[in-house]
Amino acid sequence: MISIAVLVAVSAVLVYRRDGIDGLLEIFLHDVTLFGGILPRVFAGCLLGAFIAEILPHDKVSRSLGPASGLKGLLIGTAFGAILPGGPFTAYPVASALLTVGADFGATIAMVVSWTLIGYGRAVAWELPIMGTDFTLWRIVISLPLPVLAGALGRFVYVRMYPKGADE
Amino acid sequence: MSAALLIDIILWGSVIAVGFIAFQRGPTVLTSSLREGTMDFIGIVPRIALGVIGSGYIAAVIPQEIITGWLGPNSGWLGVATAVVAGAATPGGPVVGFSIGAVALKAGGGPPQVLAYVIAWALFAFQRLLLWEIPFMPARFVWFRAAVSIPFPFLAAAIAMAIGKP
Repeated sequence: MISIAVLVAVSAVLVYRRDGIDGLLEIFLHDVTLFGGILPRVFAGCLLGAFIAEILPHDKVSRSLGPASGLKGLLIGTAFGAILPGGPFTAYPVASALLTVGADFGATIAMVVSWTLIGYGRAVAWELPIMGTDFTLWRIVISLPLPVLAGALGRFVYVRMYPKGADE
Repeated sequence: MSAALLIDIILWGSVIAVGFIAFQRGPTVLTSSLREGTMDFIGIVPRIALGVIGSGYIAAVIPQEIITGWLGPNSGWLGVATAVVAGAATPGGPVVGFSIGAVALKAGGGPPQVLAYVIAWALFAFQRLLLWEIPFMPARFVWFRAAVSIPFPFLAAAIAMAIGKP
């Protein structure tokens, strides 16, 4: 957090020296508006994460998404990431909730990577209109195997980095 | 605008649906998860505030022409490697990332390089990592996730080179 604050402060000073107080204020107002618009969604994301952490049975999650869940766990994580609604304000709280209730790094990586690469939210809202249908479909088809592979690599490396399955 | 509205409807619809399931488990389950979610929200707001309100300044000092230049009509693996670095370094939201990709494609950038750029941006864009992923997830998970994701823009480019663009 401190390093981000420093980065922001340095950038703000650079903007001020280049564009003066007007440039500084313009960006500030734009970002405050954006922040106001995002807040309800962040709240929705936090509630979604909390509910999911509460209602998902821990033993079932650790069986179907835990370290021993195999390819099936990675596929479930991938499918979950692909259908998850919303933006980063939903994906990360939900991913964090999954880790809490017993999913392992591999399945959670599959979920996050799947959300970012084949989730429909960003593709429909931004990629289709800007990049065009051809490129978007081509990119998604090529991306299809990547979440499972990333999850599998994550699991492979994790087991070797923390051979005792250490929680810390 | 309608896409944003649709996303909001799906999002709050999901919240209500899982909230209802929680309520069926008993009112205490509902209230305790509401309290939990609200505490998470209160804890996260200052970090998001710093991120969202500050990120405009970071984006403003990174000139986009430099990124587009990196993505120019390069070819081969050097082009892919620069595209990956450029994707990770691209500031701003989805509009910026995809617009740069679209410009690079129009300016004659190779499709595998642009693909690597878009995928690297989706996986590593530093702003999203710092401002969204780290506040919500354990930092150890985030670095681990980013590290094991490194091969995949390259793999995607390799697949793209092998199958070609229709």
